[in-house]
Amino acid sequence: MNINDFISRIEEEFDDIKPGILEPDDILKEKFTWDSINALIFLAHVNVEYDVEITADELIESKTVRDLFNLVESKVETK
Amino acid sequence: MSIFQVPNINLAGISACVPEKIFSNHDYDWISEKEREVLIKTIGVSKKHHAKKGLTTSDLCYVAADRLLNELEWDRSDIDLLVFVSQSRDYIIPATAGLLQDKLGLSKSCIAFDVSLGCSGYVYGLSIVGSLMNNGAAKKALLLTGDISTLNTSYKDKSAYPIFGDAGTATALEFKHGHSPMLFNLQTDGNGYDAIIIPDGGIRNFVDAESLNYKKISEGIYRNNLNIILDGVKVFNFSLREVKPNVLALLQNGDIEIMDIDYFVFHQANRLMNETIRKQLKIPPEKVPYSLKNYGNTSSASIPLTIVAEISNMVKNKSKTLLLSGFGVGLSWGSVIVETENVTCPPILIYKG
Repeated sequence: MNINDFISRIEEEFDDIKPGILEPDDILKEKFTWDSINALIFLAHVNVEYDVEITADELIESKTVRDLFNLVESKVETK
Repeated sequence: MSIFQVPNINLAGISACVPEKIFSNHDYDWISEKEREVLIKTIGVSKKHHAKKGLTTSDLCYVAADRLLNELEWDRSDIDLLVFVSQSRDYIIPATAGLLQDKLGLSKSCIAFDVSLGCSGYVYGLSIVGSLMNNGAAKKALLLTGDISTLNTSYKDKSAYPIFGDAGTATALEFKHGHSPMLFNLQTDGNGYDAIIIPDGGIRNFVDAESLNYKKISEGIYRNNLNIILDGVKVFNFSLREVKPNVLALLQNGDIEIMDIDYFVFHQANRLMNETIRKQLKIPPEKVPYSLKNYGNTSSASIPLTIVAEISNMVKNKSKTLLLSGFGVGLSWGSVIVETENVTCPPILIYKG
């Protein structure tokens, strides 16, 4: 998995993020509305793209874009 | 996995009834305009019908059934089975099915009982009714499904209030020797019982003054213990994990390809979830009708309501192969493949008053 591809796919998925603005160490809450609806959109996205399941607790623990990437990557590797 | 056939059952007619009052999610002022727009786009519900206090699911089912029986010109004394699938009964005691048997003018030889299921209830209901009919219990039967979910949903709960709508439906089934079998795959995982729950009011947590205590749960979510709790992430992960293998196992068992199915009618949970399941299964969008936009999530009514609202012209005068799939509260889920021909489908009925 490549973090840049991961980021560009997230940018496509959310209407309120302009392409090219997200950096790996950005804090999610500062960059866009990281609320429950967007969390579900993210869950749906990783389910279809990477075929992995993420829990509410794991999402809450993820503070940065890189945290999300690492979370998804670890799930893909242990699948 | 419980995959089984129920032969000799023809789906003669389907009808649906909704309360007159409409609630538009564009007027949902508990959340900000921006949040509202994202929410409406994501869940796919722009408006839905809400029952007035005192109106029951059985009232809606009665109107749907009465009209359907008149259109079919069925003699009411020929109906020997009535199953009411709902989680919003008229009374704690007795069962609602009896009240409907009497109100509809069915005979005293009629078997009538309630089944407490929600999102999966229509598919389960078809299996129960079809199986009893094959045992000789009835030649003609009514399956009545639906819920009034808006009454016990807190306005100040943005995770539940915008989703639900109220509806009642009626499906008429008849024994027809040689009709192609319905093929079912029904499943359960009670470990997730608290993913969708009304905690108080049953025997486990008997209703008391504390049940009415209105509390802040989190930002944008206030409710009491008689209100419905919807654990979005839990329900989401469950549905994305379980529906696809359930549908694929059913198709494989029946040696049927996705392209052989004319329509996949899914329980109308919310648009994001349903679209994710559709993409997982790689079903073309034109095979997947939605009624969510105008009716919301109507629990066990959602599958028949979607058939009446969206594809009635396709099932009225033609033969079709449908795959129906319900998933949610319980947790309970199931799918069925049904061959239909010339289904009587009156337009959606509006309950006045």
